Amino acid sequence: MKRGPAVLTGVHFFNGDVACAEGALAAGCRFFAGYPITPATEIAERMAERLPEVGGTFIQMEDEIASLSAVLGASWAGVKAMTATSGPGFSLMMENLGFGYMTETPCVIVNVQRGGPSTGLPTLVGQGDMLQARWGSHGDYETIVLAPSSAQEMFDLTIAAFNLSEKYRLPVLLLSDAIIGHITERVIIPPEEEIPIVNRKTFRGPREAYLPYLPDEDLVPPMVAAGEGYRVYITGLTHDERGYPSTSPEVQERLVCRLVEKIRRNKHDIIRLEECGIEDAEVVLVAYGVSARVAYRAMELARAAGHRVGWLRLITVWPFPEERLRDLATRVRAFIVPELNLGQIVREVERCAEGRTRTIPVLRPGGAVHAPRELLTSIEEAFHD
Amino acid sequence: MSRWEVKIAGFGGQGIILAGYLLGKAAAVYDRRHATMVQSYGPEARGSACASQVIIADEPISYPYVTEPDVLIAMSQEAYTRFAAEVKPGGLLLIERDLVALDMMRSDLARPGEDGVRLHALPATKIAEELGHRIVANIVMLGFLCALAPIVSLSGMKEALRSSLPKSAIELNLMAFEAGYARGLQVGYNLAGNPSQRKEGV
Repeated sequence: MKRGPAVLTGVHFFNGDVACAEGALAAGCRFFAGYPITPATEIAERMAERLPEVGGTFIQMEDEIASLSAVLGASWAGVKAMTATSGPGFSLMMENLGFGYMTETPCVIVNVQRGGPSTGLPTLVGQGDMLQARWGSHGDYETIVLAPSSAQEMFDLTIAAFNLSEKYRLPVLLLSDAIIGHITERVIIPPEEEIPIVNRKTFRGPREAYLPYLPDEDLVPPMVAAGEGYRVYITGLTHDERGYPSTSPEVQERLVCRLVEKIRRNKHDIIRLEECGIEDAEVVLVAYGVSARVAYRAMELARAAGHRVGWLRLITVWPFPEERLRDLATRVRAFIVPELNLGQIVREVERCAEGRTRTIPVLRPGGAVHAPRELLTSIEEAFHD
Repeated sequence: MSRWEVKIAGFGGQGIILAGYLLGKAAAVYDRRHATMVQSYGPEARGSACASQVIIADEPISYPYVTEPDVLIAMSQEAYTRFAAEVKPGGLLLIERDLVALDMMRSDLARPGEDGVRLHALPATKIAEELGHRIVANIVMLGFLCALAPIVSLSGMKEALRSSLPKSAIELNLMAFEAGYARGLQVGYNLAGNPSQRKEGV
């Protein structure tokens, strides 16, 4: 079999999907199970080509339910694993996603969003899965969702997603969109030694001392791989430190609160934002994914017209950067939130504004991005009212 | 320095996306500038309307769509009819001569020495067929474009071709590029320093 390097150090002209696959390989991903779906197919295609070259495994599964099952299993076998899909497949993954949070299984799930609901607009952009990513599986949990805005970030944030999933032991979601998945741009892949890699904590003590769900001080339990000789018990039922199912309300509280708290307590480590022109801004555009690029152009146009407009890009969408938005709400006249859905993240912005500033949604249900001029009109309205 | 917005349109199977990819790759990888390429196509693999949009600039590109093309390459009648009116004054309108009838004419087409849209018709498919395969008509057109407008370096473009195509196809594609380039040189001018250039569209 042809062998190739895992890290393609150099300057490339890649589309976002290919960059994502290369990011996964650079992060150490050696297992991909998936079912092809536009506009995420190129991730699977690239992984099918590249994984055998680096000694990894690619499986095309019968559907997305099985895809995530296989990914969770691979992770428990000690391998970094990923799947990639779009809206319809993401919906099918919701049950196993909850299983991933409950069993604290590190893995990465990429959703290259297209217009929905249902099969919707296969080839066209959407951002309609932002709340599904947060609340799609039943019960209480916290998640981590990253939203790339360029082909370069499809590479960089895929690595970040793997690192966060390994560090905090949970499925991490990369919520991209059809435009960022297919946009072809310069992607710079650094030398392997300059890419920071986080690997899960492992347990190496005596077998009888191992408690698979006994957390360290950071609330994250060390992990072992199935087959290493330690006893592992993996269940979606509420379980105690040994992994034994329990119906005790105390065990439920201890477990579920820890799953939530291990993320909330570390939100400063997890949340990443990019800002521009915030210092003197009276109006701030809040956006993510491809919409953030349109918003940036709108900010440039508004600034050229003499308006003091700032731009805040959510790189981490969940956990939501509440503190930063609450702080800005005390000193700006309005937030403008463009989204390719009929109002999802704007609800979070509005919640953080707590009535202290206006929140102006600029929404369309996918199919195409806004024209920068459309956002400029909203900006001008915000200044006139 | 300069910003270029290029739209290449035709139908699936003509290498429209590949042409945009090669142009962007030459700029991004070999000329070390910023370049984005976005594409649109129908659900069919062959025959449906297809377009690629390339932006090349010295600074990062936020909005990735072409709004006022400096260059339109129309490889089909539909492409011409839909997009010809968008071309920026002073820009280039390149058409596949044997596939596009000039059924609607822009009023601002430039006569020699004037500032207006410059229209050039090239029988790219015929030239490609004479070279051995019509499949390289897109590359003939790219060569023609590179002679008329200093969008990417010649060396960068050829490197992009060499590094992107299967080995067995490189020679034919380089020949196609040279053939188009030679036809472009015969036109006798180059868009370098176009004064209407480089205001980012909205």
